Amino acid sequence: MDRNISKCYDVIVVGGGITGAGTARDCAMRGLSVLLVEKFDFTNGATGRNHGLLHSGARYAVTDSESASECIRENMILRKIARHCVEETDGLFITLPEDDISFQGTFVEACRRAGIRADIISPEEARRIEPSVNPSLIGAVRVPDASVDPFHLTTANILDARAHGADVLSYHEVVGILQENGRVGGVRVRNNHNGEESEMRARLVINAAGIWGHSIARMAGVTVNMFPAKGTLLVFGHRVNNMVINRCRKPANADILVPDDAVCVIGTTSDRVGYDTVDNLEITPGEVDILIKEGEKLAPALASTRILRAYAGVRPLVAADNDPSGRSISRGIVCLDHESRDGLAGLITITGGKMMTYRLMAEMATDLACKKLGVSKPCRTATAPLPGTGGTDGDRPGKFYSTAHNAARGRQGNRVREIEEQRAEDRALVCECEEVSVGEVKYAISQLHVHDLVNLRRRTRVGMGTCQGELCACRAAGVMCETGKEAREALADLGSFLNERWKGMRPVAWGSTLDESQLTATIYGGLCGVDRLAVDD
Amino acid sequence: MAERIQLKNISGNNLEQCLKCSICTAYCPVSAVEPNYPGPKHSGPDQERYRLKDEKFFDEALKMCLNCKRCEVACPSGVRIADIIQASRITYSKHRPILRDMMLANTDFVGTMANMVAPIVNTTLGLSPVKAVLHGVMGVDKHRTFPAYSSQKFETWYKRNAAASQDSYKKHVSYFHGCYVNYNYPQLGKDLVKIMNAVGYGVHLLEKEKCCGVALIANGLSGQARKQGQVNVSSIRKSVKEDHRTVLTTSSTCTFTMRDEYEHLLDIDVADVREGLTLATRFLYRLIEQGEIKLAFRKDFKMRAAYHSACHMEKMGWIVYSTELLKMIPGMELIMLDSQCCGIAGTYGFKKENYERSQQIGSGLFRQIKELNPDCVTTDCETCKWQIEMSTGYEVKNPISILADALDVEATMKLNS
Repeated sequence: MDRNISKCYDVIVVGGGITGAGTARDCAMRGLSVLLVEKFDFTNGATGRNHGLLHSGARYAVTDSESASECIRENMILRKIARHCVEETDGLFITLPEDDISFQGTFVEACRRAGIRADIISPEEARRIEPSVNPSLIGAVRVPDASVDPFHLTTANILDARAHGADVLSYHEVVGILQENGRVGGVRVRNNHNGEESEMRARLVINAAGIWGHSIARMAGVTVNMFPAKGTLLVFGHRVNNMVINRCRKPANADILVPDDAVCVIGTTSDRVGYDTVDNLEITPGEVDILIKEGEKLAPALASTRILRAYAGVRPLVAADNDPSGRSISRGIVCLDHESRDGLAGLITITGGKMMTYRLMAEMATDLACKKLGVSKPCRTATAPLPGTGGTDGDRPGKFYSTAHNAARGRQGNRVREIEEQRAEDRALVCECEEVSVGEVKYAISQLHVHDLVNLRRRTRVGMGTCQGELCACRAAGVMCETGKEAREALADLGSFLNERWKGMRPVAWGSTLDESQLTATIYGGLCGVDRLAVDD
Repeated sequence: MAERIQLKNISGNNLEQCLKCSICTAYCPVSAVEPNYPGPKHSGPDQERYRLKDEKFFDEALKMCLNCKRCEVACPSGVRIADIIQASRITYSKHRPILRDMMLANTDFVGTMANMVAPIVNTTLGLSPVKAVLHGVMGVDKHRTFPAYSSQKFETWYKRNAAASQDSYKKHVSYFHGCYVNYNYPQLGKDLVKIMNAVGYGVHLLEKEKCCGVALIANGLSGQARKQGQVNVSSIRKSVKEDHRTVLTTSSTCTFTMRDEYEHLLDIDVADVREGLTLATRFLYRLIEQGEIKLAFRKDFKMRAAYHSACHMEKMGWIVYSTELLKMIPGMELIMLDSQCCGIAGTYGFKKENYERSQQIGSGLFRQIKELNPDCVTTDCETCKWQIEMSTGYEVKNPISILADALDVEATMKLNS
């Protein structure tokens, strides 16, 4: 990658979540010179810590029709431009005996008004098409929900931004906003690997840092009132459902169960938390209990399904400008022109919204940026397929492909053809649970901004399966060494990767999950001495 | 509240109890010789998660699994790995049984036809042109010889020669003879009747007996296997529950199939009769241990035999019954062979695509037998018998046949009268 850090970009996008990645792509596609900076790894924030649900919008139809309409439009767009990241599962909104069945009529009516197809089906039909559903349901509505992989969606946007000339820097944290003559002229960044600071100049800075956008705005001397809302989710060991299952009632805790890849995810809770906690979210036993208790109402099998881990993210909710107290909070998209709002030219904030409306958010921010920069190119992101969806995979119909190849195609889409699989060494598996080959790991290391094992996990699913790194972590670290990482560094990375896995397992550490973590600790700590070696060095 | 929910949430999903330790793969006889087989852990609990996502993730390589269950014996977490593999083959395999598979699997039908013209069939199947056709057209490997068909079925012999006298005994058992005894080797059935009668038990046939179905399951004909299984279980139920007769067997694989595979793979409920179905050696050993019967042996009997642990015996944990029983024979020198799969796995080794792998799997066992040079080999499984006889030239006997041979019938009858 060619990084010309001395040049002045048209736009610097701050934040490597899906919004930042989408904005960088849109800007680059419209011919702007773009730099994307992210303080840690892509998808490290809310992008990587949600359900992976491609909302149909039905969930918001009754309470927020604007969000609902946005969702269904983006839903249909993403199915086309990011086909490889979307699984067209459809979803059910079920009414249980304790729910008010009359809500169903209101719900279906609201869906139709928002342009969301909503078909009432009989409980028998619901049980037939989704056998895991709570059999005591008294009503069901089928909607075009789907499952989407936010990790691969972000990766695809970054790849396309790069393909259109954008520069991309992960592990570069904005520590200051450069201002001259009352306008923003760039950012001061710190390389979080080596601590070095440097200045990056641009005609425009777009703040797409999610919840951290609060601090970015403050660095520029303006205020964006963010209200962090923590959402906790549980990952189960395998899929019990193949359709999204929701409760047909007003949105509440733990009422969505999504099939994602080889697992399913229940969530979420919703609690306002202090801004000081957003970098270190704690998951409480109470939250875990609510998720299991409510989850088994959707699909009773969850009560006896192994829980792999728990995780939490923070929704970047924004207070409306006319209400700094935060009482009236919008869940919609917020695009702030700080020039007109605060008299500070050169800064735009794009926030609020949802993971799945990222493209629309990016379009809004880019439209504003283009207007300011005097560029009149139209947005093409709604029709141009992302890398992985565009082109063909090169697979021949009828030919046998290995499970790892098929799994890799599910993650990388048509880019699977860039994965080396001629040699047996490359076909060998690094991660057996998630079918990740040595070839795919090498591809991710060389193409997808992988610096450590956590990065690798997000690009490939290494370590996301049942064993949570037990067998794959050391193999993956080995491949990273082969491709140039220092052994000492790889060893330290291995230790921190395993600790990161344990962090998510700890809130649900009982039964087989506890047994597994014990075995992992015995292998790495007791047998290999990883913890000691890392310290001794 | 926290406590209660978390105690309740213990996975009942057998596949999730896998801790990925991979001991199963270390013990898998196929993995040891076949790099293209993903191994039990990966074929079973790992890939099952992906198959639950989409059946396109089913890998036809799973047909290389022998269903020997050695993975399950090795698993410290009690995961029914081979069951997961077999069940996924039943659910997802697109491979339909070919004519050869139908013939190999339908032991009952083929056996009945063959018995009628046994000498012709036996001669014909041994002819090189026939073998060439079987190999080339049918896919039955040319190295294989089908076990000879008997001209008289065991059932016929029993009705003519044994049935009438069985009611005169005080105690009674039923006998599930299986296809091999019925069509190929009635002598083993006769041996069992001889022993049981000597210790004071009358032996009766089941009201209806069908092939246990092991070969049907292995060849993708689970629907037919289920039907036959239901017939067998209802006959066994009648014997155990109404007539109070334990059902004995002389084949470890039939026994294992009916006791475990019916429930795990065919959804046939056997819980109420499972303990009433047992291998004859286990039944005899337990009676002897409880002091209920005694055996007397011929003084002149001398044998140096090597015991081969059939995989399904290993799975049931019953090897000790057969070997301890054999060790009771004063003239017996019993050598335990290392416990390893012989490679035949029923009809598996008969298929030409499996032949080489099958022989490679068994090679260690064959070598050991040749080095030990025993008078004969003994094992509780008839397909192991064919494999070892074909691959080593040593005669292989069921422990019941050896016992019958060594038994002093008159002295035994006296001891038990």
